[in-house]
Amino acid sequence: MSATFVGMPAFPEAARNALADAQLRGNLALATRTIRGKRLRVVGELPDWEELRLAGAALKDSALLSLDSSLERLEASLTAAGATVHWASDAAEACSIVASVARDHGVDEVVKVKSMATQEIELNEHLAAEGIAAWETDLAELIVQLGDDLPSHILVPAIHRNRAEIREIFLRRMADVGRPAPADLTDEPVELANAARLHLREKFLRAKVAVSGANFAVADTGTLVVVESEGNGRMCLTLPDVLVSVVGIEKVVPTWQDLEVFLQLLPRSSTGERMNPYTSTWTGVTPGDGPQEVHVVLLDNGRTRALADEVGRQALRCIRCSACLNVCPVYERTGGHAYGSVYPGPIGAILNPLLRGVGESDQLDSLPYASSLCGACFEACPVRIDIPSVLVDLRAKVVDAHRPSAKPEAAAMKAAAWSFGSGSRLGVLERASGVFGGLASRMVRRRSTSGRTALSRLPFAGAWTGARDLPAPPKESFRAWWKRTDGGRR
Amino acid sequence: MSARDEILGRVRSALVGASPAVEVPRGYRTRGDASVDVLALFAERVADYRADVVRCSPDEVEAMIAGALAGARAVVPPELGWHVPDAVVDTGLSALELDELDAVVTAAAVGIAETGTVVLDHGPGQGRRALSLVPDLHVCVVLAEQVVAGVPEGVARLDPTRPTTWISGPSATSDIELNRVEGVHGPRRLVVVLVG
Ligand code: SF4
Repeated sequence: MSATFVGMPAFPEAARNALADAQLRGNLALATRTIRGKRLRVVGELPDWEELRLAGAALKDSALLSLDSSLERLEASLTAAGATVHWASDAAEACSIVASVARDHGVDEVVKVKSMATQEIELNEHLAAEGIAAWETDLAELIVQLGDDLPSHILVPAIHRNRAEIREIFLRRMADVGRPAPADLTDEPVELANAARLHLREKFLRAKVAVSGANFAVADTGTLVVVESEGNGRMCLTLPDVLVSVVGIEKVVPTWQDLEVFLQLLPRSSTGERMNPYTSTWTGVTPGDGPQEVHVVLLDNGRTRALADEVGRQALRCIRCSACLNVCPVYERTGGHAYGSVYPGPIGAILNPLLRGVGESDQLDSLPYASSLCGACFEACPVRIDIPSVLVDLRAKVVDAHRPSAKPEAAAMKAAAWSFGSGSRLGVLERASGVFGGLASRMVRRRSTSGRTALSRLPFAGAWTGARDLPAPPKESFRAWWKRTDGGRR
Repeated sequence: MSARDEILGRVRSALVGASPAVEVPRGYRTRGDASVDVLALFAERVADYRADVVRCSPDEVEAMIAGALAGARAVVPPELGWHVPDAVVDTGLSALELDELDAVVTAAAVGIAETGTVVLDHGPGQGRRALSLVPDLHVCVVLAEQVVAGVPEGVARLDPTRPTTWISGPSATSDIELNRVEGVHGPRRLVVVLVG
């Protein structure tokens, strides 16, 4: 829990460290390849996948473009269903609301189901400072938490750990915080999962207060939705007396019926399954069933800043499926830690600067450059977020923020952003000529004659490229490594 | 200013000049293909998740339940509609008491063929949510008329004011080197009895 992203080095330096870690690179390559294959199979089963994507994007837009009334409807329906609604403008407010609910019930521990929003606001650290232990109950989160580690992937946060390391972490740390791991624990995945089952069941059965996020919040009905695999979500949402859900204001969808779109898009894009093992929906308090005191914290923490960005606001459609991570050639090789945030990969490269602002830190400003603009993320995204366009637009903003005199480059970036935004992104750029084409050829990933992909040359000199080139590692440069290993395939 | 007013104010100024009218294209399928045998598809897709599926006629349900339980000590919701010998009827048992039992038998609200999903809305015969969560074996009885082709028809049949639990196979994780392991916290075994 001591681990933190604060003070992370900028992406190029962090990427260099990650690239030096062969274990991480191997695990990630295997993981992303496996999930990619599964996703393609189940997406291919649906003849109407593109129609679902179009509907999903439009539904999120319709909630976001009238977000004030969407939120007022959500608040009214939640309240009518017996929930208590809180509003939090930033991380500190959200954390203190959760802490005060826990304190009101006199507890010194809460159980938690994996939630990006609570990681974003660093809720666990905040509760720990108030003497309240927050137990992560998702297996991967448990591994990360017990290992005093940081998550590296939205969906499989412990993907950087192998089974021998997990066994060692369980044996060393479980006893400190509850039921110890069996002394004869082996590194078989079934045994490791069973050790987690026993360790956590003790906590579920006694917990008084649970904390969750939500994948969706239905404005019309006040229904919250949690999509999961292991059943730890159901445990947290069902057994404790009190439930606090921290929900980003962008999670709102207009109507119950709209779940028919998202409950098809999310599982297939995320774990590559037709449906995830468990989905729970609940609407306020149900007498005699589940928590009898239900709180919902509506969290801004930069979302309204992102909403104000006309190009970038589409990032708020994100349903956190992680498909864009798994198809990203940069992510596959550097892993999630290099992004220095709970939101890694292509979505992280746009969401972090959008939430926290451009020109605020070198680390954030380096993120829009952590991409070869190949377009794979857009193709994979179930809600059609045009990540390449937003990246290019943010690069222009970074240039503006750092070099107010660099007008020609900023103008070229804006022109590129306009072109990307127009729809046929890659084709237009590849066909473009002159200055514009020259810029484009430096930004887009080229396909070699063998059909394999290669990062474009990085030929610029000067400060502008200094911010976007990957610095050469001591022994072997990124590009030399890429060439030698054929982009990690050898 | 309250956080509420502050956030709503920021939302409104972020959206100045934006048009709130968004056309939602609903070109996706909302009904299943009539030529597909939904019951066969449902059985096949549920089994794909490594759940057990048995099909039977209405008068065989109790025998199928007994076969699935194989002597396990079961809890049942009130008004289950099928007799389960020696079962404990739920009267608001605590989580710890439920943890002492091996199995649970419930009815269902909806079955979705395309995704192999059983949905409980925790109405009569289905019990409150904890019941189908804590015991290690879940025997779930689904009637033929409850099975629909796809997710949209399933959503349309459900009442959003009720809690719902969507179950697609037994609990699973792939968090350890992407190996799928059945059964972390929910029931480690799921038996679906499809009637009719
Ligand atoms: S940006 Fe799209 S693909 Fe990436 S996590 Fe979000 S919804 Fe998924």
